[in-house]
Amino acid sequence: MSTAALEPSIETHVHYLNVNYGIKSWLLTTDHKRIALLYLGSITLMFVLGGAAAVLIRLHLIEPTGALVQPETYNKLFSMHGIIMVFFFLIPSIPATLGNFLVPLMVGARDLAFPRINLLSWYLYIIGALIVLGAIATGGIDTGWTFYTPFSSTYSHTHVVAAIMGIFLAGFSSILTGFNFIVTIHKMRAPGLTWFRMPLFLWAMYATSVIQILGTPVVAVTLSLVAVERLFHVGIFDPALGGDPILFQHLFWFYSHPAVYIMILPAMGVISELVTCFSKKRIFGYSFIAFSSIAIAVLGFLVWGHHMFVSGQSVYAGLVFSVLSFLVAIPSAIKVFNWTATLYKGSISYDAPMIYAMGFIGLFTMGGVTGLFLASLAVDVHVHDTYFVVAHFHYIMVGGAVMAYLGGIHFWWPKITGRLYPDKWARFAALVIFIGFNLTFFPQYMLGYLGMPRRYAVYPAEFQVLNVMSSAGASILGVGYLIPLVYLFWSMRYGPVAGPNPWGAKGLEWTTPSPPPTFNFETTPVVTEEAYAYASEEARVG
Amino acid sequence: MVEHQHSTAAVHALAHQFDDLEQQHEASNLGMWIFLATEVMFFGGLFAAYTVYRHQYFAAFEAGSRLLDWRFGATNTAVLICSSLTMALGVHAAQLGKRKALIVFLILTMILGLAFLGTKLTFEWSHDWAEHLVPGLNWAPQGEILSRLQEAHAPLPQVELFMFFYFGMTGLHALHMVVGIGLMIVLVILARAGKFTPENPNPIEMSGLYWHFVDIVWIFLFPLLYLIGGLASSQ
Repeated sequence: MSTAALEPSIETHVHYLNVNYGIKSWLLTTDHKRIALLYLGSITLMFVLGGAAAVLIRLHLIEPTGALVQPETYNKLFSMHGIIMVFFFLIPSIPATLGNFLVPLMVGARDLAFPRINLLSWYLYIIGALIVLGAIATGGIDTGWTFYTPFSSTYSHTHVVAAIMGIFLAGFSSILTGFNFIVTIHKMRAPGLTWFRMPLFLWAMYATSVIQILGTPVVAVTLSLVAVERLFHVGIFDPALGGDPILFQHLFWFYSHPAVYIMILPAMGVISELVTCFSKKRIFGYSFIAFSSIAIAVLGFLVWGHHMFVSGQSVYAGLVFSVLSFLVAIPSAIKVFNWTATLYKGSISYDAPMIYAMGFIGLFTMGGVTGLFLASLAVDVHVHDTYFVVAHFHYIMVGGAVMAYLGGIHFWWPKITGRLYPDKWARFAALVIFIGFNLTFFPQYMLGYLGMPRRYAVYPAEFQVLNVMSSAGASILGVGYLIPLVYLFWSMRYGPVAGPNPWGAKGLEWTTPSPPPTFNFETTPVVTEEAYAYASEEARVG
Repeated sequence: MVEHQHSTAAVHALAHQFDDLEQQHEASNLGMWIFLATEVMFFGGLFAAYTVYRHQYFAAFEAGSRLLDWRFGATNTAVLICSSLTMALGVHAAQLGKRKALIVFLILTMILGLAFLGTKLTFEWSHDWAEHLVPGLNWAPQGEILSRLQEAHAPLPQVELFMFFYFGMTGLHALHMVVGIGLMIVLVILARAGKFTPENPNPIEMSGLYWHFVDIVWIFLFPLLYLIGGLASSQ
């Protein structure tokens, strides 16, 4: 950057990282940027723990008879993996880290609307995480992350109630984050920042927040009912006591399907930012992408029954849920087509974040299309509860959400830390992750189609080759995740100083120094142009 | 900035992230409504489950409803509506800057809230406990109650489920009232210290919204729990 020499270097200007020091200045902070980093540290830890469970699962499945653990332990491992990854990594991942850091910066505000509630959200998350980790350490949970009744409420002998308490608290931390974002986006936009000038990341965060505040309380009360049934033997969901297990599934998926969109919508927001910046081109179809986020949030509340095609819900309900599930493909495809149209005639550069964005577009498309297989009633009867489902949602959640999360972390890392990371290593890691991911999960589509059920500790010998491929891929994927951990830590001390805008990106967050000062901007910014006002192709060439 | 400095109290009331008191007011107002939307969904899960079982086990729910005394429920409904009135008057007093009136109305609201909880506790829940009607803890209907349920052909596990919804929903509601009364105590202390000005009645208004919400939840709970099958032949 030619302007780097003119900018004050990272050591000399006062910013949110060096304004004060000490453990108290972090644990009692109300600065959204520091809270974002608290979340970043905690969810990275949870990712490592959830990943460790996945490693053990894949090691176990190298042998048809199970290579490593007893079946009971296997049940606890996949439950631990699911609970940690869903509730303590994926749901908070992008909103609580990148969202927390970026929402005030992108709207041009000094902080979120309710900074203390923001800190409270982190504490709720931590307490919830500690309770769940305690439950895992003292014997584990064997219900899977879905807590299906009556197994969870009557028959399981593991720490179900503790896990529910932890998830309940984490749920409220998620609600508080969404609550803060909605108010901030409504009431604290800088002068001139109209709704249709907002970066698409904000639209995505807004849609996500709506799901968080409306869906999460339902799962909180549902899981509480499971705990009540377990503790007091009141027949709420156990048919032996007069309850209705299908009602549990309805209530559970009323949240837990939209929860998938809590994971993927922020990822889509990140991708919109990356694709425009690294094509140096206006986004194609801004308002279509913006409204498709809202459409996904709304439709997401109407499709939960597709998890229950073989559970005994009425066939007419199944038909309606099937049709509605197909509708979700429309706004999703709108996004994918608009991103690819943005690339057309753009001046594309393949920096590390862009590699992740490209990976996202391909993998998300595969995950989305296989979702249509599962939304078809007849096909679902065949592949329900098989590895086909496992592969499908890992393409969305890992190939989609985690790729975008890593892409976003790489994109905004210079803003967060003020330092650049070694781009060659970053691109290498992105490729390793892409290859490892596909080798892990593509064979699982085949396994599922051939009929291998999920959640079994053993399998027939003819499935071994594909399982070994998947396990080999998982080890490559694991290495791929470790590389960024190393060089990102390294860069915090030794990386070259980034300057305020190393990518030449648009958006208010790039107009303030890196790292930003505590109150983000010297003076309140005024917005005079639409988002992504990159110069047109003619201007660049001419 | 200068034009917003109506008084020193107003300046202290402005949090650093906001530009002016109006923005702060709008933000907390919207925040409260969003919080209430979350609350609606939280209670909504229970209401949905109640609806499903009331449909499936109507006879048992009707018989269970007759175990409750509608007269206490009706009295409490009146008490809560009055408390919403005193709360609204308190908010009005705060907006006009009438400190003494504000404190009086807040205390009245608290007293009415406590009267509601007292009625529930002493006349209803403890009675249910004595009659062995608390599901999960001492559920074992006996004597005259048992024969009444048998006459109504209401299977006991289903009546227990009704009683669970009764305790679960009124319990969650009571918990919200306790939180509300706690809020009032804080507000009275702050009001005595002169923290609220006509420019900044925010916390009073937000607590008022919350109190009205808790009131409205009861307005739904009362008929759904006490009045299934009409008022006839109550105990």
